[in-house]
Amino acid sequence: MLEVRYRTARTLPLGRPVAPALPRGGILIQPAEAEARFSLRLRGPLSPGGFPLDRPINTVTGDDRRWVARLGPDEWLIGMPEGEADLLAEAAAADLRGRAHSLVDISHRNVGIDVTGALAADVLNAGCPLDLGDAAFPPGSATRTLLGKAEIVLIRHAGAVPSYRVECWRSFATYVHGFLQEAAIAAQPVERVPAR
Amino acid sequence: MLLIACPHCGNRPETEFRCGGQAHIVRPVDPAALDDQSWSEHLFVRSNPRGVHAERWCHSHGCGRWFNALRDTVSDRFLETYPAGAQPTRSSEITSPEVPATVTQSTVTQARA
Repeated sequence: MLEVRYRTARTLPLGRPVAPALPRGGILIQPAEAEARFSLRLRGPLSPGGFPLDRPINTVTGDDRRWVARLGPDEWLIGMPEGEADLLAEAAAADLRGRAHSLVDISHRNVGIDVTGALAADVLNAGCPLDLGDAAFPPGSATRTLLGKAEIVLIRHAGAVPSYRVECWRSFATYVHGFLQEAAIAAQPVERVPAR
Repeated sequence: MLLIACPHCGNRPETEFRCGGQAHIVRPVDPAALDDQSWSEHLFVRSNPRGVHAERWCHSHGCGRWFNALRDTVSDRFLETYPAGAQPTRSSEITSPEVPATVTQSTVTQARA
């Protein structure tokens, strides 16, 4: 029963139904659907089969649905469709058998918000002091950082249109979503009123 | 905004970091052998130099790792960051609080304070 309630809550990331977001002036802010996420901590040589763990720090591998982000020397954040969560736990247990590691299901803690569009970097920079230019934060980057007062994990997926995933804690989701929406309004080009 | 070079992540904004105070404080091998004066100095007394200071910093809103940094307390400029457990390459520049690097001309107000 508890599990059912948890999974229901996960489908409403902001705790309430949200109207489908409409792209406004080249920016789309959309809470992601329920996904499974794992936090993996592991030290020592990185050679478990099946997981791309040996990538540089602050990069993400995979696609929009299944991704592995390396946040630090010994920390990874893994995201995938909810139906595959049990498979990952089994696969990781088999791969890392005999090695000290920690694999924690944080699906219920994390909420994803997708920020897409030409102005996405401007919107994020309203609260995130990182350099989000193509040289400093190219597609395939992922890092933990700050957005306003909340700690987030920022992931930039590959694609023609700038596409970012903001991962925050569930209790911060309403704040982060509201922050991004206000920033999107502020990022719109100013319509000049002709002088009379 | 001040940028701090995390040894793992590169240049990052200062709001992601947390300062952990003076670095390279060696814990006594046998604390029980110390008298109260030495033990309290180990615990509480820290140098407060005007000049280059070795500090511990944590990239708490980033990779989460601790590292060390040489910072000039006058200009707030970070001279060097290096991993925890390592020694700075510019260790000769660290200012000892007993020997000020520069003679300071204090104003009357500062002298009274």
